[in-house]
Amino acid sequence: MFAETVRQALQAILRNAMRSFLTILGVIIGVAAVITMVTIGRGSSDKIEADVSKLGTNLLIIRRGAGMGPPSAGRSAPSFTLKDVEAIKAQIPGVLAAAPSNTSSVTLIYGNENHQTTVTGTDNDFLIARDWDIALGREFFSSEVSGGKTVCILGATARRKLFGGGDPVDQTLRTEKFSCKVIGVLEAKGASSFGQDQDDTVLMPIKAFMRRIAGDQDVSSIYVAARPGASTDKVKSDIDALLRERRRIEPGEEDNFSVMDTKEIASMLTSVTGVMTGLLSAVAGVSLLVGGIGIMNIMLVSVTERTREIGIRLAIGATERQVLTQFLVEAIVLSLIGGLIGIGLGLVLGYVGSNYMRIPFSPDWTITIIAFVFSAFIGIVFGFFPARRAARLDPIEALRHE
Amino acid sequence: MSEDVQAPVIALRDVSRVYGEGEAAVRALRGVDLTIGRGEFVAIMGPSGSGKSTAMNIIGALDTPTGGSYRFLGADVGGFDRNQRALLRRDYLGFVFQGFNLLARTPAVENVELPLIYKGVGRAERRERAINTLKRVGLGHRLDKEPSQLSGGEQQRVAIARAIASEPEVLLADEPTGNLDTARSVEIMKLISRLNDEEGLTVIMVTHEPDMAEYAKRIVQFKDGLIEADAPNDTIRKPDMEQPDVR
Ligand SMILES: Nc1ncnc2c1ncn2[C@@H]1O[C@H](COP(=O)(O)OP(=O)(O)OP(=O)(O)O)[C@@H](O)[C@H]1O
Ligand SMILES: [Mg+2]
Repeated sequence: MFAETVRQALQAILRNAMRSFLTILGVIIGVAAVITMVTIGRGSSDKIEADVSKLGTNLLIIRRGAGMGPPSAGRSAPSFTLKDVEAIKAQIPGVLAAAPSNTSSVTLIYGNENHQTTVTGTDNDFLIARDWDIALGREFFSSEVSGGKTVCILGATARRKLFGGGDPVDQTLRTEKFSCKVIGVLEAKGASSFGQDQDDTVLMPIKAFMRRIAGDQDVSSIYVAARPGASTDKVKSDIDALLRERRRIEPGEEDNFSVMDTKEIASMLTSVTGVMTGLLSAVAGVSLLVGGIGIMNIMLVSVTERTREIGIRLAIGATERQVLTQFLVEAIVLSLIGGLIGIGLGLVLGYVGSNYMRIPFSPDWTITIIAFVFSAFIGIVFGFFPARRAARLDPIEALRHE
Repeated sequence: MSEDVQAPVIALRDVSRVYGEGEAAVRALRGVDLTIGRGEFVAIMGPSGSGKSTAMNIIGALDTPTGGSYRFLGADVGGFDRNQRALLRRDYLGFVFQGFNLLARTPAVENVELPLIYKGVGRAERRERAINTLKRVGLGHRLDKEPSQLSGGEQQRVAIARAIASEPEVLLADEPTGNLDTARSVEIMKLISRLNDEEGLTVIMVTHEPDMAEYAKRIVQFKDGLIEADAPNDTIRKPDMEQPDVR
């Protein structure tokens, strides 16, 4: 009997294929939007995790401020000093490299070319910590680092923008305030998870950065690489203890800096995409709800339109329950079809979007099943009222209906 | 429903039906007594507004009387709830309407299957019974046609097939020929009287046309919500007398 009802519902739906399709458009769009959002959100998280794990498991980043908030949260906390960097390198056995890192946006000029890029003040340890090789030229001489010479190592993009195909080594770049001799070019790394170009950068010795750009002695963050085989956790807690002592933090007082390993960096970055995904999915969810109301609306219209048919069915001997079931099943079948099409469309859009954004295609099957069940639920909720209305019609009135 | 085989199929006692209340109340039926036995063929006639359709709706358990009693095979229909009335219609009654009332865009055979679906008859048996019934009304060659592809007379025959597919006790027809020309009307009346003659189907039919009432075995005259006359039809027409058989 139930299979029969479903068959009849399908027949009724197909008899009015165009209207049926328009009816479920809302559900299709809602479900597709949810699935697309979740797929792309998960894909970007996966991509971020993969990118960050490429940084190496032995990388630690030390930043001002407690916790993992956005960088601005650390503004009020005191910055580090070059002495801190030296102390970490000298006093903690598991540390392979420790580099200061200050960044600023600077416009570089070469000939007629003009290019705004990120200048990082650091030293050679930065190359070790970031696992970054020199493609052309050389790294800093230690005299250049200690003397704060204005020499530059260009990222691949900065080089291309300023020099095109030409050889930049030994050429001199200018900025508004100083000029800078190019000594090398970094290997290309490609785009990071946020589509930000990591190669659009220029490195210079930290002391040169302080004198020429920042104008103070502050170090805003420190990149540390643990020795292969050394426990990152141990290194982390050693750094924590050392910095607490150097920054004179009383026992019981909270850290005013944070030491993050790659896993924590990843979760900090993905939490941003997580919030985005959540928000967008909520919007998509609202459109699902609107889709459900659309179904109710059309089902009500359909009940009115089919009043005579309902009258015939009642006269022939359909019970109230049979009519109720018929219309309810019709609404459920309709929205399930909508759900299925939406899931299909969402997966396709998710796939296309992932390809376009160069992130892994990562559909969430749990959400897919939930979307499917939810569309059935929408059918029940928004189909019930019109169905009950149909079932309760007075057969005589219904038969007289034009 | 517990049926009493001895009881008349239909027994209306002092049945009244009032629409609305107070000043605006319309007394469509004002105390109707009507007993119809198995195998009868009754034509209900009378002027417009005399209460014929109201009486048919009550007999058909589509409506309930506001006074009096209605027994169907001895069972008191007045005490039935909506669901029981639906089951009475499903299991004992077949309806034919003036406007055919077939489901649009639905093949003839599926229209005829409809009451069997609600009865829970399995798919294969249902189809077979629907086809057989359509053959009985002479539409064996029109099974897959939708109402819009059928003539008025053919549509009404599909409707009759639908009404009798579930082998009801009584066929109720409210002006079954009202929308048809004379030739089609005669065709339909012959079909109905054949079902009455050959299969013993009880038929109650409302008609305005004396020519059509002639096919019935008993004629009941309504006037102002009352039965004015109720007599056997003494000039019963034999189905094959003058008109050529259209089947
Ligand atoms: N739903 C209703 N509400 C109010 N009055 C009604 C309703 N149905 C019928 N009536 C009234 O009841 C009376 C009897 O109506 P009914 O339809 O039974 O007449 P009838 O004999 O079938 O007429 P006709 O030959 O025109 O079909 C009429 O006065 C009609 O106006
Ligand atoms: Mg009438």
